Amino acid sequence: MVCLPLDAGAHKFRHMADRRLREFGCEQNLLSRPDGSASFVQGDTTVVVGIYGPAEVKVSKESYDRATLEVILKPKVGLPGVAERSREQFIRETCEAALLTALHPRTSIVLILQVIHDDGSLLSCCLNSACMAAMDAGLNMRCLFCGVTCAIDLDGNIILDPTAKQEKESRAVLTFAIDSVERQVMMSSTKGAFTTAEFHQSIAICQKAAESIFQFYRDSVGRRYSKS
Amino acid sequence: MKETPLSNCERLFLLQAIAEKKRVDGRQTFDYRNIKITFGTDYGCCIVELGKTKVLAQVSCELVAPKSNRPTEGVLFFNLELSPMASPSFEPGRHSELLVKLNRLLERCFRNSKCIDTESLCVVSGEKVWQIRVDLHLLNHDGNIMDAASIAAITALCHFRRPDVSVIGEEVTVYSVDERDPVPLCIHHMPICVSFSFFQQGTFLLVDPNEREEKVMDGLLVIAMNKHREICTIQSSGGIMLLKEQVLRCSQIAGVKVTEITELIQKALENDKKIRKEGGKFGFAESLPNQRITAFKIEGAPVNTSEVEETVEEITHNTVPPTEIVPSPILWASGTAQIGEGVLNTWEVEEPHESEEADDKSMEEEEEVSTTPRHERKETVILSDSEEEEVIILNPDKTEKKFQKQASNLHEDTASGSRKKKKKKPSQLVK
Repeated sequence: MVCLPLDAGAHKFRHMADRRLREFGCEQNLLSRPDGSASFVQGDTTVVVGIYGPAEVKVSKESYDRATLEVILKPKVGLPGVAERSREQFIRETCEAALLTALHPRTSIVLILQVIHDDGSLLSCCLNSACMAAMDAGLNMRCLFCGVTCAIDLDGNIILDPTAKQEKESRAVLTFAIDSVERQVMMSSTKGAFTTAEFHQSIAICQKAAESIFQFYRDSVGRRYSKS
Repeated sequence: MKETPLSNCERLFLLQAIAEKKRVDGRQTFDYRNIKITFGTDYGCCIVELGKTKVLAQVSCELVAPKSNRPTEGVLFFNLELSPMASPSFEPGRHSELLVKLNRLLERCFRNSKCIDTESLCVVSGEKVWQIRVDLHLLNHDGNIMDAASIAAITALCHFRRPDVSVIGEEVTVYSVDERDPVPLCIHHMPICVSFSFFQQGTFLLVDPNEREEKVMDGLLVIAMNKHREICTIQSSGGIMLLKEQVLRCSQIAGVKVTEITELIQKALENDKKIRKEGGKFGFAESLPNQRITAFKIEGAPVNTSEVEETVEEITHNTVPPTEIVPSPILWASGTAQIGEGVLNTWEVEEPHESEEADDKSMEEEEEVSTTPRHERKETVILSDSEEEEVIILNPDKTEKKFQKQASNLHEDTASGSRKKKKKKPSQLVK
């Protein structure tokens, strides 16, 4: 990196101890109608997801070589706006990268997300719940994925899994989707201003945090399919 | 997606079972399914589960100008949405007949029964009133949407608190939650809908039909009633003829059911109030059933970021630095410029190839592209301004043009040369 002040950026690791994810939980198969459903709770942020598919597709949306993925994000109050549309796109692109859509050509997979409560890190919660629902629906995936949000506050500290209040007070909010195989970044969404050094730090921290989320995935699936 | 149709044998089986006074899910004729009410962290947010039917309600408020014919009354707004999550046959953003019917019934049940004191929602007469908006989302459809939605709506309205407002002279102050405790709405009574489905021309009757029973029923009667046994709305649909006795009998049953449900709602509300007062944990996160094998919850996970430094260095090490050369902007025509080394914008250039009658502007640009690198070709430019036919010369040497495009990007001096020329351009145009 050319313009990177390594000594200034990379060694600024203050407040290392209080970097933690809020308590999180998940319930799968909570709705009877969809083929797969899950709710994911991160602190107070809650999202419910239902998946239908692979099922018949409208001729206008049909693609001959893979399944068409439709993502619908519904806000709690009012009609969906631009913010929802942009989140839908982020989620769709991440899911398209993870799901093996080529296995079901000329079909449609519909993913419906309903925001139940937004208390920060909404996009990462949406991604986590989408992955859990896809697992519940039994869709084939080349890897699992999770979303991690971090915020950079005015002093340059990186906060993991920020609440709505922390997001508001911060200088930048970054969300990454991370895959389970190589811990690579599948999607990134950023808001606000930050340096390249901060960006790299955020990726590294989110990759680290992703490990505990994947462990959670593993434990919850283990619990579901264990005999005892 | 299409709804899965009910097969004939399923239909016959259901009807036969009903004729034998049996229900597929093991309930008695007048039994309701289990009702579960959970509250969210926000005021005015709840999820009501009626068996497997699930409805999310959220109440919100906003200061708006009142209707001109009712200057002292607040506005109540109901919006029930049939999310595609609930059933594959629901399409997003489509106003189906069912949706319109349900919304209208909700309005009749709550707004027309005057269960909420709209006059207390007035802030400044004729200028500012509160608009109370109730958003209802159906999350899972397993029959009897109306009853679940009405329970969710009234529970959310009872749970809701609006910000406190003070009016001193002309000045209206809205206090935040931290400054003053928010105030609850003034609710006179709680209307609750009870649905009855009729089979075989009204011979058999069932309370709280589930989705399959709804598919085989002949008619539906919805009675909205409060615990004082006052009927708020009554609606019969499906074109079934009912006897006076049947309607009276239904209203008797509704009275019993409404009393039960009202008690349940009040118990749930009190429970939530108590937990909030004691500072205990509340919200959906707390109501996650941790005993089920499909649910799993962990306390906050600390993330050890002490070894992150190495990863950061690795990332920074592997990052390919962006090119430091920032090409100076190339001015193609007055008002259009190009920055960076991307391929040229072709959508204006391509036009003349397709249509013969291209406007002067696009041609101008095309000629510029071709002429910019070489100064000796200057005279063509001058010619082109007056004569449209000049285009013919340019079309054959496509390949040359491409090469020139690249050349113009690579050589800074040619770019500046073109810029010089562009400055000349307007004056030529004037001529």
